[in-house]
Amino acid sequence: MIDIVKRRYLFFGISLLVIIPGMIALLIWGMPLAIDFKGGSLLDIRFDTGTVPPPSQVTALYAENGFSDSIVQTSGTNGLIIRSLDMTDAQRNQLVTEMESRFGVKITVQRFESVGPSVGQEVAKRAAGAVGLAALGILIYITYAFRGVSNAYRYGVSAIIAMLHDVAVVVGVEAIVAHFFKWEVDSLFLTALLTVIGFSVHDTIVVFDRIRENLNIYRRLPYETVVNHSIVQTLVRSINTQLTVMLTLLTLALFGGITIRHFVVTLLVGVFSGTYSSIFNASPILVVWENREWRSWFRRKVSQPVG
Amino acid sequence: MSRTYRLLIPIAVILLLAIYIDLPKSPGIHFIGINRDFSTRLGLDLVGGVQALLEADVPATTAINPSDMGVAEKIVENRVNALGVSEAVVQPAGSRRIVVELPGETDPAKALAVIKQTGLLEFIDMSSISTQQAASLVHTKINTDWVPGVSQPSENTSPALPTPIIPTLTPEISLTPSATPSSTITSTVPVQTGPTFHTVMTGADITNVGVQTTTGGGYVVAFELNSEGTQIFKDFTSAHVGQILGIVLDKEVISIPSINTAITQGKGVIEGKFTSDEANALALQLKYGSLPIPLKVITSETVGPTLGQDSLRKSLIAGLIGGSVVVLFMALYYRLPGIVADLALLCYALITYAFFRLIPVTLTLPGIAGFVLSVGVAVDANVLIFERIKEELHSGRSLRQAIDLGWNRAWPSIRDSNFSTLITCLILFWFGNTFGASIVKGFSLTLAIGVMVSMFTAIVVTRTFLHLVLDNINFTQHARWFGV
Repeated sequence: MIDIVKRRYLFFGISLLVIIPGMIALLIWGMPLAIDFKGGSLLDIRFDTGTVPPPSQVTALYAENGFSDSIVQTSGTNGLIIRSLDMTDAQRNQLVTEMESRFGVKITVQRFESVGPSVGQEVAKRAAGAVGLAALGILIYITYAFRGVSNAYRYGVSAIIAMLHDVAVVVGVEAIVAHFFKWEVDSLFLTALLTVIGFSVHDTIVVFDRIRENLNIYRRLPYETVVNHSIVQTLVRSINTQLTVMLTLLTLALFGGITIRHFVVTLLVGVFSGTYSSIFNASPILVVWENREWRSWFRRKVSQPVG
Repeated sequence: MSRTYRLLIPIAVILLLAIYIDLPKSPGIHFIGINRDFSTRLGLDLVGGVQALLEADVPATTAINPSDMGVAEKIVENRVNALGVSEAVVQPAGSRRIVVELPGETDPAKALAVIKQTGLLEFIDMSSISTQQAASLVHTKINTDWVPGVSQPSENTSPALPTPIIPTLTPEISLTPSATPSSTITSTVPVQTGPTFHTVMTGADITNVGVQTTTGGGYVVAFELNSEGTQIFKDFTSAHVGQILGIVLDKEVISIPSINTAITQGKGVIEGKFTSDEANALALQLKYGSLPIPLKVITSETVGPTLGQDSLRKSLIAGLIGGSVVVLFMALYYRLPGIVADLALLCYALITYAFFRLIPVTLTLPGIAGFVLSVGVAVDANVLIFERIKEELHSGRSLRQAIDLGWNRAWPSIRDSNFSTLITCLILFWFGNTFGASIVKGFSLTLAIGVMVSMFTAIVVTRTFLHLVLDNINFTQHARWFGV
């Protein structure tokens, strides 16, 4: 039988290998926030006739209308995405009309969003609250569902740690990818993150459930062996489920269109991490806890067990 | 086995009902008392359209009366409906915001203009100035002494009834356009330009408005007031016959009718040499422009129809491919049970889609993603069960025992894991609802429905189907069909 629990520190190390660079990227580059969170406007236009004007001219036109901070990005062969301060629809109409007359083009507005600055900050704040609330709700539910097992709260806490691991992986990877691909963190990213949380716990509980069952069957076996046994027993299920979900997500990413690609890629990263953490982190943490291994972490040479 | 077959009947009934609802041109249900039509609602990211978040335009510290907000929401809804947009959504978001969604609206600029035009209607006392002076103020912005969300004009004026209001107001008002702040001694509201007029009543007291023709072929606007408004109007018009009662929308003077006789019955007409169009426009403003709380657009989103249709087409293709891959995987890996599970998945898709049409759930792109994810959850339940069945078979149980044991042992896993997903959905839904983030709301709703239906199909439908198959084949001859 594969011994996953024995190599637990290797798997913890692999997790850190992903999380630490991500956190460093987050510290250095930060998270580029979309207008959903920081306020502002986004105008996605398509040029039906005429040539697409160079971004500098569009920026200049925006500046003449009092929007000095616009960022222009090309989208496809005949489109532009312009980000700026929040504006009213009248102001937007004026900008579009002016662009049409000045550049001699016919413009179709594909998408327009405008968010007041205070709203965005409020959403970001409440989102953090929502994550905390979800964690608390799940912790309470798991502690309740595992009430028959000794130290039931450990299962809840371990599931939350695995969940935070997935949040860290998703946020870290996002920080790195966003920096190179010019992606922005929007409310869709937030939705994906919250889904990952649900999925992560979903996956972890399946393994924990098996531990709960096996603890009753194999009363004489050491805790460590029972945990490893449970992980291996649920391994096929974990991998098969992950495969089907990842396959559907992959088709969404490939064929689902540009609008949700960022969302789907975030989910892909999160679902992968969720399965990884439920196999290699959540249950081994239970063993670390049971053995109180942290007592030997910082004085290994002294307390190394003999043999 | 009779137990298994008993379940077949409700499954068949549910399936037939789901298919009936799913039919593209479903005739709907029209029994006695029930009147329902079914249609798929597509979000504005799929059909294009306009979404706007409106917020009460009062200081953040001011408490807002929930019933006032409710009235404002109703009025915005009326306005939006008058636009003729089908499936428009007007919903409260938190205590001081309203979400307006106009899927399929092809002229976003016009739609938003109408929503924004939905202004605050006031009747103001213009007795202090002459008709000519009042005429010069039409279509200009003026100041009134009504403070949004704080003072109730009707309460302000009613106690002052015995003593006429005119003397305290008139001497102080100067009419020169470049009026100085000194002209506002009687008012508590700071004034930038021009005099401040007293608000007699807001549009909140109007109950009915209509356009009537006069014997001379002209048009007048007739209106009716509620009991409170009737009292205010009776007292005010009796004291001000021959003077001007200004009608102001969003502080802009739109009409300056003069009071011909005292209006005591709460019914009156506004005369003013209107054309048919002018009279109708004024009637509309009186009818729908009477917001108890002023609103401002804080966020707006417009999606062009082509982008929406493109997204819809692409996600449908992706869904089809994704679905086929999952179906193939299940059939190849789990063989006969896999094929049975695929049938159950088909039932799952039919039932979930029926729920979407029944509730109805507005399908957005993330909503479709949520649906796809819930397919994953549905597959997971089956995978959990089949893995358990395989284990039981390996430990030497008969197939029938293995199936029942597998189901019973997999159930706690399925229950607990799905429950935690539902907890997350609930919090997401609350989050989306509070902020008018309909994207988040749609996602959590579709995921939650999917998770619940998937539990039903995995536990009830797959199991019944599998037993049904077992009764008709000889397992010992076909053990390989189970991948054992």
